[in-house]
Amino acid sequence: MRPFAFQRPDSLAHAHELTVPEDATAVAGGTNLLDLMKLQVETPERLVDINRLGMTEIQETADGGLRIGALATNTATANDDRVRADYPVLARAILAGATQQLRNRATTGGNLCQRTRCYYFTNIDQPCNKREPGSGCGAIDGIAHLHAVLGTSPSCIATYPGDMAVALSALDATVEIASPDSDERSVPVRDFHLLPGDTPCRDNVLERGEIITAVTLPRPVKAKHLYRKVRERSSYAFALVSVAAIVAVEDGVIARADLAFGGLAHKPWHDARLSELLVGEAPSAALFDKAGDLLLEGARGYGENDFKIPLARRTLAAVMAEATETEI
Amino acid sequence: MSKTITVNGTERPIPSDPRVSLLDFLRENEGLTGTKKGCDHGQCGACTVIVNGMRINSCLTLAAMHDGDSVTTIEGLGTPTSPSPLQVAFVEHDGFQCGYCTPGQICSATAMLDEIAAGFASDASEDLLGEMQASPEEIRERMSGNLCRCGAYANIVTAIREIAQGDA
Ligand SMILES: Cc1cc2nc3c(=O)[nH]c(=O)nc-3n(C[C@H](O)[C@H](O)[C@H](O)COP(=O)(O)OP(=O)(O)OC[C@H]3O[C@@H](n4cnc5c(N)ncnc54)[C@H](O)[C@@H]3O)c2cc1C
Ligand code: SF4
Ligand code: FES
Ligand code: FES
Repeated sequence: MRPFAFQRPDSLAHAHELTVPEDATAVAGGTNLLDLMKLQVETPERLVDINRLGMTEIQETADGGLRIGALATNTATANDDRVRADYPVLARAILAGATQQLRNRATTGGNLCQRTRCYYFTNIDQPCNKREPGSGCGAIDGIAHLHAVLGTSPSCIATYPGDMAVALSALDATVEIASPDSDERSVPVRDFHLLPGDTPCRDNVLERGEIITAVTLPRPVKAKHLYRKVRERSSYAFALVSVAAIVAVEDGVIARADLAFGGLAHKPWHDARLSELLVGEAPSAALFDKAGDLLLEGARGYGENDFKIPLARRTLAAVMAEATETEI
Repeated sequence: MSKTITVNGTERPIPSDPRVSLLDFLRENEGLTGTKKGCDHGQCGACTVIVNGMRINSCLTLAAMHDGDSVTTIEGLGTPTSPSPLQVAFVEHDGFQCGYCTPGQICSATAMLDEIAAGFASDASEDLLGEMQASPEEIRERMSGNLCRCGAYANIVTAIREIAQGDA
């Protein structure tokens, strides 16, 4: 690890001031950042520990939703009784990720901002446009097993690796952000992560010095919540494909189908056309197949990850079949 | 103002170099070599210790981030003359071969039994809000952050089950 100065601000204002300069990075649980600092993928000259800013509470909001502090641990969130009862897709997604030891440290904000697990990104001897703009992409034409099939660019085909944010996307949660120059801004989770485009070095919309303060969930809805994570072993592995689903059936037709997908893109993938297609229709294998067509329209494999296209289609169908109690 | 961590009940100064991980602090500064370094990247669990009652990977956190915290390591759980119940069960059921992962396994299992008692859910729990059981499936899922290169898993689960059932 490169030498760095360590700072522990007590106020948000001070944290902004310390993290605006290019050479500073905020640390919360440290489970992603310190790992990358050991690999010299991240080399901040100043590390700003934000753990003294509070922001650990999980509180009900005025309109019946839930506000989860940026420094609430993943364990605290997944075991909050309101999350378990009203937003089980979120509890399930968190519990399907990492391990208990990691979840005990990992935070809401850090989890949202976790970086890709692309092997070229984490190896400083390899080309990577995300780590070093202009150096090329090792994964296109290389080892691309974990990589994206939707929303890729000629610069980068990395995936956003997390689980929690996939559930947050299905729930249409909002990220609360404190900015150095203004007050708070709110960004829907669905717009928080970016596609790689020409600037894969940017994972999300955060500007320098901005700090996530919380994630807000809308009022709960009566529906079935499912999180299905397909991975290479049944615990402690990143998703190849995951599906978060909030689905309701009324009088034999689908009344709600909020879906988001992990492992497919540089962000949790949400396609509003899917619920438009599904809602109002009777559940059937043929309908789920059409949803698969729509989801994967424009999908492109890069050799090693070609399997993700049929896998995503089948996982979508399996989750919809379970949620609607339909035989497929 | 001096910064300290309480290690197994004793207050200890935090090293001045902020790069020192909690793991290196315990092993190099404190001489507590029970806590092991397997991967140094959060992947194996050999470095598991209990901080303020919660198990964590000591390799992925800095000592400097733990000013005022209380850490329990394997040395703090029991001694050769007065081992903890889980330590006894690991010996009785051959819950190890080379022993390298064992301190992490035992710290992890100690905290895990408290988590089950507190009603924490896992990916293996059918009902997120129900009473949590130390079934073999639950133990395997909850202990998945502790790898064992010798593959002593079957006996590790047996040892933990014995103590979990004794507690019930
Ligand atoms: C072995 C291993 C397996 C894993 N498996 C999974 C898995 O299966 N699924 C999964 O989802 N995750 C997995 N993870 C990743 C884990 O979930 C993340 O490391 C964790 O959520 C990061 O949270 P943190 O608080 O420790 O972040 P940190 O490491 O502290 O920070 C990560 C990034 O977020 C930024 N940041 C943190 N908080 C804020 C804030 N409030 N405002 C602005 N920026 C902020 C930091 O500057 C940094 O860039 C795994 C990790 C490991 C090591
Ligand atoms: S896929 Fe993205 S992160 Fe991976 S090597 Fe290419 S540019 Fe880097
Ligand atoms: S040494 Fe910490 S998890 Fe392997
Ligand atoms: S006993 Fe050898 S690694 Fe577990």
